[in-house]
Amino acid sequence: MSQDVLIQIKGLFKIFGAKPRTIMPMIEQGKTKQEILDNTGHTLGLKDINLDIKRGEIFVIMGLSGSGKSTLIRHFNRLIEPTAGQVLVEGNDVLKLDEGALRMFRRQKMSMVFQHFGLLPHQTVVNNVAFGLKTQGVEKKERLAKAKTWLADVGLEGYEDQYPAQLSGGQQQRVGLARALCTDAEILLMDEAFSALDPLIRSEMQDQLIQLQETLHKTIVFITHDLDEALRLGDRIAILRDGELVQVGEPKEILLKPADDYVEAFVKDVNRARALTVENVMKAPVNRITAQTIGEALEQMRASTKDYGYVVSDDGFKGAVTQETLEEAIEESDASGSDLLSDELYEDMAEISPSNLLEEVIPETLDNECPLPVVDEEGKLKGVLSRSRLAEALGSS
Amino acid sequence: MSWITEFPELSRETLVTVRKTLDSSYREFSREYGENIEAFFDPLLYFLVWFEKLLLATPWWLMIAIIALITHLAARSWRLTIGVIISLFLIGLFGMWEDTMSTLSIITVSTLLSIALGIPIGILMARSDRTQAFVTPILDVMQTMPAFVYLIPVVMLLGIGKIPGLIAVIIYAIPPVIRLTNLGIRLVNKEVLEAAMSYGVTPWQKLWNVQLPLAMPNIMAGINQTIMMALAMVVIASMIGVAGLGQPVLRSITNQYFALGLLNGLAIVVLAIIFDRVSQAYAKRSQQYLGGRE
Ligand SMILES: Nc1ncnc2c1ncn2[C@@H]1O[C@H](COP(=O)(O)OP(=O)(O)OP(=O)(O)O)[C@@H](O)[C@H]1O
Ligand SMILES: [Mg+2]
Repeated sequence: MSQDVLIQIKGLFKIFGAKPRTIMPMIEQGKTKQEILDNTGHTLGLKDINLDIKRGEIFVIMGLSGSGKSTLIRHFNRLIEPTAGQVLVEGNDVLKLDEGALRMFRRQKMSMVFQHFGLLPHQTVVNNVAFGLKTQGVEKKERLAKAKTWLADVGLEGYEDQYPAQLSGGQQQRVGLARALCTDAEILLMDEAFSALDPLIRSEMQDQLIQLQETLHKTIVFITHDLDEALRLGDRIAILRDGELVQVGEPKEILLKPADDYVEAFVKDVNRARALTVENVMKAPVNRITAQTIGEALEQMRASTKDYGYVVSDDGFKGAVTQETLEEAIEESDASGSDLLSDELYEDMAEISPSNLLEEVIPETLDNECPLPVVDEEGKLKGVLSRSRLAEALGSS
Repeated sequence: MSWITEFPELSRETLVTVRKTLDSSYREFSREYGENIEAFFDPLLYFLVWFEKLLLATPWWLMIAIIALITHLAARSWRLTIGVIISLFLIGLFGMWEDTMSTLSIITVSTLLSIALGIPIGILMARSDRTQAFVTPILDVMQTMPAFVYLIPVVMLLGIGKIPGLIAVIIYAIPPVIRLTNLGIRLVNKEVLEAAMSYGVTPWQKLWNVQLPLAMPNIMAGINQTIMMALAMVVIASMIGVAGLGQPVLRSITNQYFALGLLNGLAIVVLAIIFDRVSQAYAKRSQQYLGGRE
């Protein structure tokens, strides 16, 4: 994934009401949304939004109802005009485009998926998917052929000639998604695209989106009020509150370091076991043992505060040992004469991978007295996960 | 202190002068421009006369067949089609065929004109709140002003005949199609409209591919009402020389011929029912897709 910035929002303000510009000074004085509404009847929609969205990422914007998510995403393709600020796509200010240029921009650069689908009820499914191309003036045969392949890609083969009202909600949203993909626009805007669907269908759609994204590498701006959805889809997440950005970061930053009480309240109810990976919560391995012999190992262990350790060599992680085992072994070795650390000394303990979800490692972690070693694909010891650390991460804060 | 017990009216002389001035200036206006305005409407008159003659010249059985065919194509219902054939046949049997054809011609022409004028006006109204604020009171006046009152200036200007009759019918019948076009477009689902905008539609594409089709159920309802109102206006329009079923009705009022009035009244009702059922059935059939899963 290339990391260059594709969309930049700079100092964006949106005020709804009769004379939005007259309200700007009040905002500079630090008046709250409620004060402005009570005193002037204007609604502060967005306040000083600054965002960088990178090419190829799924950027999730999250917030409670009324926090301004829809307002913000509608600035991207200028369905809403801002009161102040800039929207830059590849460095070009969308707000400076004239009518014709804006149309071309909307046709080629961005496409959008809507919460309630926004399909044309009087057109068949295939015509709905081809709508963007029809708007561009693409010939009928060509656009229908293309629409059909996209319909197949979202799993709606055979539904071409149905009308939207004949489909279920999930199917209608697939049509909405196919319509958005059909124009080959680089940027996909999705405003609560899955919120109107029931949980099972919703998670199916999320899977499908992730799957499509693996091959398409679009830049997706995804709106949701559901943190589980945000964590599942988002490479990065922005949190909006009353029109202000309160935090932007990767899912684990949002979960583990909530910026304020609002975000904390948000993340409180999330199923952390499913949202966090071992890598997110593991601790650095403190008691590493780099010994060849039992004697050296025991010495290193006695120097540390713990009565267990993780033996590593140049090849990577070997195994975990306890002080008790070592002490027994050294007595035996005095008799046999061999002092080498052998495989049978290692504890019979599961190794876990950094990319495991916490949910997957809960049983193993709870089964063991000492922290589990976290070993990556190359066999290197990356960290350890203890019961207490796990409990802490799964707890409310 | 007489204003406490009596309304402080303008004096009789003032009122008379006001009325006289208005009347004479309008008379002058119509004397000045009447002919030009009549000439302006000439093509319409020719068309109206031609169309009426065409309907009258067509053999009755062919006419019934054509109407039945149109009915069937629009509504796809055998019951309705057979009902239409029988009622038209009865109309002819009772000697009202020619009057019915005359009425049919003026209703058809006035409906087509109402649609042709009303839909664009409705579209303009939907595009701007200002236009809406300007047009709505005019429509209110058109619908509430007693029809006889605006017959007067029309007759003063154009005399008695088909064109003033047609204009009177249109003035009376056009408001529903305008109102419902405006309403229909304003009620178009906001998200669908946003979706269209987000794919970069031109204003024309937006109107043609999104707004009008989605407003169609309302527009159709407006057209239906317009037809019904035009039919209701037929009797009044016959007072100023429009041929058709209204004339015998008028005659039977002055001469107290109850049976004649009733029969012609019933013929108007039959026409109304045909128009109504056919246009409704067509609207319903063309909007099946809105229905939902089969
Ligand atoms: N056209 C408008 N006129 C006036 N106020 C508006 C308008 N659109 C939005 N608002 C206000 O702006 C604020 C943000 O609205 P927005 O629709 O962006 O919220 P949202 O985060 O998308 O909420 P939801 O989750 O309910 O969709 C709200 O307070 C709303 O009342
Ligand atoms: Mg919203």
